[in-house]
Amino acid sequence: MKKFGVESIVGIFIIAGLLCLAYISIYLGKINLFGTGNNTYQVKAVFSSVTGLKEDTDIKIAGVSVGKVTNITLNNYEAVVTMKIRNDIKLQDDCIASINTMGLLGDAYVEISPGGSDVTIQPGGMIRETEPPLDLKKLIGNFAFGKVE
Amino acid sequence: MSPILTLFRIIGAFVIFVIGETGRMGIFLAEVVFLIPFPPYLFGRVIKQINFIGVKTTLVILLTGTFTGMVLALQIYFTLSEFGAESRLGPIVALALIKELGPVICALMVTGRAGSALAAEIGIMRITEQIDALDTMALNPYKYLIIPNLIAGIISLPLLNFIFVFVGVWGGYAVGVGLMGLSSGTYFGSIRDFVDSADILEGLYKSLSFGILITWISCYKGYFTGYGAEGVSKSTTQAVVMSSVTILIWDYFLTSILVA
Repeated sequence: MKKFGVESIVGIFIIAGLLCLAYISIYLGKINLFGTGNNTYQVKAVFSSVTGLKEDTDIKIAGVSVGKVTNITLNNYEAVVTMKIRNDIKLQDDCIASINTMGLLGDAYVEISPGGSDVTIQPGGMIRETEPPLDLKKLIGNFAFGKVE
Repeated sequence: MSPILTLFRIIGAFVIFVIGETGRMGIFLAEVVFLIPFPPYLFGRVIKQINFIGVKTTLVILLTGTFTGMVLALQIYFTLSEFGAESRLGPIVALALIKELGPVICALMVTGRAGSALAAEIGIMRITEQIDALDTMALNPYKYLIIPNLIAGIISLPLLNFIFVFVGVWGGYAVGVGLMGLSSGTYFGSIRDFVDSADILEGLYKSLSFGILITWISCYKGYFTGYGAEGVSKSTTQAVVMSSVTILIWDYFLTSILVA
């Protein structure tokens, strides 16, 4: 029987190291090796303000992630947010997109509240109803300076 | 001679020595790197050195990695729980391990275990004239001694780093989830939210450069050792001290480059 040589031990070491790299990058670092394929569609929404929102953040319906923000641009002094939504999620054309934060100080994300209409938004369409993020500073200011009725 | 002149002479000699030493180390590395593309390729030596630098350090890395992750989770958990932000335990432990502690502690462990041994081994070969013997047999000592170590360092350090991060994250899991009662989904889910491929690449670049630094300094110190047993012991000490200090200094500057 051949002796368990240095080559095999070094081989095991290298494979173990690479497996750890694979674990870290795929499982923890969400690097997508296989691609999501073409199972998303694009919708746009116009917000008066997108303070705190970044590209690649989640889009949620009832707290469940259904897509990602792919692009944020400025058009006519309003923010245009392009979103990728999973194909199996249908959006009604009276749904409302709002920008929320996780907890009081957490990251901003887009929350979509479903509507009641029978007409769904086609790929490439627009979400008409939007709500800008809650401005906590303005809110506290209003409260402190007595603008609240 | 007046004491003032002596002071200037000491400072001057020190500065000239430091500059000369830096230059000699640079020339040494340049010569070694220049020789890498040319045959003979001693793959057997490279594998032997990976076994020495990498494989035999794995146990140390497993132990230090697990306990680093555990103690990190323990310390941070109590700080975070004062703000009610325990859910951020995972990302803090994982990012600290991936970006800083993994590469740096791995490099320090390899310096202590393998760097000292490399310097001593090459130093003893120098004083017992074995390097001259290699020269006489038309075997380039750089090819036979230095390059396999350099390549083995470049290959081993990142692999050790990944093993360290892996066991560290699970060590943090053991404390955070097992001991402190955080939910498993919170721990891993929040890690997934915060760790980017850029963070992993930062750790990779660091460990690659540490692999070069450690083997470079250790081989240099061993190759140009002094006379006798005292010379070897001196260069071994210098190799460890200089590698450790350089690792931490280089880590700061590399971080500032990569973060910017």
